[in-house]
Amino acid sequence: MTVLEDLAPPPEVEVKPRGVSRRERWQLRLPLLPALIYTIVVTQIPFLVTLWYSFQSYFWNTPAPASFNGLANYKTVFTSPAFRGSLVRSVVMTVVAVIVAMILGVLFAVLLDRKFLGRSVVRTLMITPFLVMPAAAALVWAGPMLDPQFGLLNYLLQPFGVHHVAWLSTHALGSVILVMIWQWTPFMMLIVLAGLQSQPSDTLEAAKVDGAGPFATFRELTFPHLRPYIELGILLGSIYLVNVFDAVRLMTNGGPGTATTNLPFYLFQQVNNAFDIGGAAATGVVTVILTIIVATFALRMFARVFQFEEA
Amino acid sequence: MRYPPVRLRALGAVGCVAALAALAACSSGGSSGNSGSNSNSGTVTVAVVSNPLITGQMIPLAKSNFEKQYPGIKVKFATYTEGDLRAAIEKNVSTHSNAFNVVMIGPYEAPLFAKNGWLTDLSKQYIASDPGYDAADLLPPIAKALSYKGDLYAVPFYGESSMMFYNKTLFQQAGLTMPHNPTWAQVEGFAAKLNQPGKVSGICLRGLAGWGDNMAALDTVVNTFGGQWFDMNWKPQLTSPPFVEATNFYVNLVRKYGEPGASNDSFNQLLTLYGQGKCAMWYDATVAATSIATTYPDVYKQTGYALAPVNKTKASGWLWTWSLGIPQGVSDSGAAWKFVSWATSKQYDELVAAKYGWSAVPPGTRTSLYNNPKYQQAAKAFASITQESINSADPEHPTLNPVPYVGVQYVDIPQFESLGLTVGQQIAGAIAGTESVNQALQAGQSAASQYTPAQLSGG
Repeated sequence: MTVLEDLAPPPEVEVKPRGVSRRERWQLRLPLLPALIYTIVVTQIPFLVTLWYSFQSYFWNTPAPASFNGLANYKTVFTSPAFRGSLVRSVVMTVVAVIVAMILGVLFAVLLDRKFLGRSVVRTLMITPFLVMPAAAALVWAGPMLDPQFGLLNYLLQPFGVHHVAWLSTHALGSVILVMIWQWTPFMMLIVLAGLQSQPSDTLEAAKVDGAGPFATFRELTFPHLRPYIELGILLGSIYLVNVFDAVRLMTNGGPGTATTNLPFYLFQQVNNAFDIGGAAATGVVTVILTIIVATFALRMFARVFQFEEA
Repeated sequence: MRYPPVRLRALGAVGCVAALAALAACSSGGSSGNSGSNSNSGTVTVAVVSNPLITGQMIPLAKSNFEKQYPGIKVKFATYTEGDLRAAIEKNVSTHSNAFNVVMIGPYEAPLFAKNGWLTDLSKQYIASDPGYDAADLLPPIAKALSYKGDLYAVPFYGESSMMFYNKTLFQQAGLTMPHNPTWAQVEGFAAKLNQPGKVSGICLRGLAGWGDNMAALDTVVNTFGGQWFDMNWKPQLTSPPFVEATNFYVNLVRKYGEPGASNDSFNQLLTLYGQGKCAMWYDATVAATSIATTYPDVYKQTGYALAPVNKTKASGWLWTWSLGIPQGVSDSGAAWKFVSWATSKQYDELVAAKYGWSAVPPGTRTSLYNNPKYQQAAKAFASITQESINSADPEHPTLNPVPYVGVQYVDIPQFESLGLTVGQQIAGAIAGTESVNQALQAGQSAASQYTPAQLSGG
C-alpha cells in the first residue's frame, strides 16, 4: 500500500472539497467503505494472521496445538540454505526470463511492425503462447516437447547428433526458464508493438530525408521512444514472473534436487510437504518484506522515468 | 466530473455488499453440522490416490453398483497424486475440517493418525458388529501394518510389496536367466548386458523425489546392504558406510543402465515405459503386475517376475497398502463405513472380476483371493509371487541390524514426511548429476540431525 502512495503525488489538495462539514465528508466516503472493508478483509487480515503464525511452532502432522516460539522461525529462515537457494533461483529465473523475453519481444515487434501479406495471421500466431493456460503450457512442454524418449525436441535435434537428452533432468532450470520466455515473449512483443505504432510517422520520414539508415533511425529515434514501453514491460513481466509456480510444479516439481525450487515453490513445499505452518508463515513474511523493498526501488525508478517523459 | 452521479455510486455500494454477502455465505456453507446417523443415507466424500485400480475400477463401480445398492448414499471422489493426497488428507484430518469422510491412507499414516486420535477404531466400531466382513481373511502383514494397539484403523483396498519385472524375450535373446531370488550384483550384471541406449534401458528405477517415490525403492536397497536411517539411539546413519554404499550402487545403476531422465520418473511414468517395451527390467510395486496384465497385454506375455533383489538380507521387498479409513468425528460415518466395507470386501472382488476379469482384481489384501481357483488361474503368472513377497516383508524388522523404528521403505515418525522428501530431493539431484552421492547424503544427514533423539522417538 505504501508503495502505491509513493507513486502518485498526493492529489488531495485539489480533490478535498473545501468547507464541507465532517458529516458531508463521511457521506462522500460512505460509498467507498464496502470496497475498502472488503479489501481489508481479504488482504490485511490474512496478513496479520500470517504474522501471528510466524511466531508460532505449529505443525499439521502433530496433534500438538500451536505454541509461541519467538523468533525461532525467522532464525531458521535466515540460516536455511534452502531459503537462500530458492531466493537466488527466483532472482535468476525472473531476470533471465524477463530480459530474454524482452529482447525477443522487441525483435518480433519490429518485424511485425512492417506491412506484409498475412500480417494479422502471423500476429495472432505469435500471441498464442501468452493465451495458453500456464498449466497447459507447462504440461505440453514437460511431455510432448521435452520428454527424453518421446519428446519432439530430441526428435528434431536427432540429425545433429543429440540423443535422448533428459532436458528436465540435465537442464532443468534452463528448461523452466525456456518455458517462461516462450510464454512471456508475446506479452513483451505486444507492449513494444503498441509503442512502435504510436510513433509519429513524420519524424521517421524526416529521418529518412536526412539520410539516416534503418539502424541509425532505430538507435536514435525508435529506441528512445520505446524506452517507457520497454520499462513497463519489464516491470509487469517481473511482477508476474517472480511468482511463477505452474511451470515449476508441473515440469520439474522443484527438482532435480532443488535445482528449480523458487520461492513460491519453496513456500508451497513448506506447507504441503513439511506441514510447517510457522516456518512457512515466517518465510512468507520475509518474502513480502523483500518484495516491498525491491518494488519500492523499482517503482520509484520507473515513476521518475515516466514523469521525465511527460515533462 | 469529479464525482459520478449518485445512482452509479449507490449501485457500486450494492455490488460490494452483495460480494461481501456472497463471501459470508461461502464461508458459512462449509459446516452444515451433523446429519442423522442413519447409515443408509448421506454423502460419502472419499479422498483417493489416482492410480489405475481406483480411477479405472473403484470410481466407476461406485457409481454403477454401490449407489444402486444404497440409493440413499451419494459417493463423491477427490482424486490426487500420491504426494498431494498426503498433503490434502493431513490438512483435513489434523485440522478436523472433515471435508472427507473417507480417506485413503497407508501403513505410514494409519498408526500415526490413530495414535493422535484422528481415526475411527474400525475394529471396535464396525467390524465387531459386522461378521460378514471377515477381517480374519486379511493378509496378516497387511492387517498388522494398519493396526494400532491390535485394532484396525484402516482396511486395505489393495496391498503390495516390491518385486522385479523383466522381459523374458530379451533375457532369452541375451542368453540370460533371472533367478527366482536374485541378488543386486546379478541384477547389475544383467542390466549391463541388456542396456541398449536409445532403445531399451537395462533397468528402470524410480528417481522422482519423494519418500513414497525414489526413496521407497532406494530404502529397500539400503536395508539389504545393511544400512538404516537411525541406530538404536536415534542417531541418523545416512553417512554410515552401508548407507553410502547402497546409495552409490543405486545411483550408479540408474545413471549407467537406467532410463534417461530418471529423476522425474515414478510408478506411473515407469509403468508407461515398461508397457511400451523400453525397459529390460523394472523394480517396482507388485501391483504393477495387475496393470501390466490389463493395460499392456503384449508386454504381459513376455513378462517374468522375480523377488525383490537382495544383498545381505534374505528378503528386501517393501510393504504398502492403499487402505480406507474414517476420520474421527465426521458426519454420515455410518454411510462411510458402508462404502469402506463395500470397497474392501470379497464381494467387491467378484464385481471387478465380472466386469474387468479376474486378473484385474485388486491384489494383496485377502487370503481368500489367493485361494480362489479362478484367480489362481487368471493371475497364475504373478499371484503366488505377489503373495510370497507380501508375506516375507517385515516392517518391524526391516534391516540387517536392529532399528528403533517400524517401516521398510519409510520410518514411521511424523518428521519422516519432511525428512524423507528432503533426502529424496537430494538423491534425485544425485541421479540427475547435479551433485555427488556424498554431497546428497551429507545434506540428508544434516537434515536428519536437526531433530533430537527425544523428538524422533516421540518421547
